[in-house]
Amino acid sequence: MSFLVNLLLGLLFGIGLVVSGMSDPAKVVNFLDLFGTWDPSLAFVMGGAVVVAFVGYRLVLARPAPVTGGEFHLPTQTEIDAPLLGGAAVFGIGWGLSGFCPGPALTALGLAAPGTLAFVPAMFVGMWAARYASGRIGKPSFA
Amino acid sequence: MTEFTPFASLLGGAMIGLAAVLLMAWEGRIAGISMIAGRLLPPYLDGALVSRLGFVAGLIAAPLAVMLATGAPVAQTVSSNLPLMAVAGLLVGFGAVCGSGCTSGHGVCGLARLSVRSLVATLTFMLTAFVTVFVVRHMMGA
Repeated sequence: MSFLVNLLLGLLFGIGLVVSGMSDPAKVVNFLDLFGTWDPSLAFVMGGAVVVAFVGYRLVLARPAPVTGGEFHLPTQTEIDAPLLGGAAVFGIGWGLSGFCPGPALTALGLAAPGTLAFVPAMFVGMWAARYASGRIGKPSFA
Repeated sequence: MTEFTPFASLLGGAMIGLAAVLLMAWEGRIAGISMIAGRLLPPYLDGALVSRLGFVAGLIAAPLAVMLATGAPVAQTVSSNLPLMAVAGLLVGFGAVCGSGCTSGHGVCGLARLSVRSLVATLTFMLTAFVTVFVVRHMMGA
């Protein structure tokens, strides 16, 4: 059941990426190209998503528990630390080079462009390396 | 050059936000793709692997569903510089996990929760991405 519900939610999220144009790395890179062929679309995607999530989270988190029981898993870390800043900075460089972040890259997988097929396995290697590195120094890998 | 699409982008963004809200309602989790994807790899610390597999399967199926529904191909321009794409993939994967999130986890879910950590992360990766594109396109002329 959870597999099926998550499949539908992933589908909704992915269709949102396609409809918004974010599954096309060229559109993302053009958003990042302020002094060239600037395309402000990405700001509208984030705006739409943040407004809906802001209102929706307030309604959902007012409930005692998620539908499937248990509790809401919300990040508790508040510290602005070196892994946060360094990780975000490195992430941004890769995002700017490729126009891909993890969601659009996975969404692009089925279209099987050679660049995507080079990007996604490398992304998983990078993720594994970061988890390995953070585990070794005894810190949780996620907030 | 890509066409500015304010309405389609707002609509698509709203769908992304709705998916994030419904995931929170269903099983109480943040819709951060780097966390969902990163935890497809071992070690498995919680019982949510099946959920994550489902979510990623849905993401991958999305453009195919759109093509079936509209009968039109999904337009996409991906760089064919494979070494560059592999390096970018490494940086994105490492940075997203190290920095506890990416455009979805920090940029959508975190900002919607008014998290200062997510705001700082989002501003940081936006800044380095802007600088990277400036250097690549306007200083190296690629």
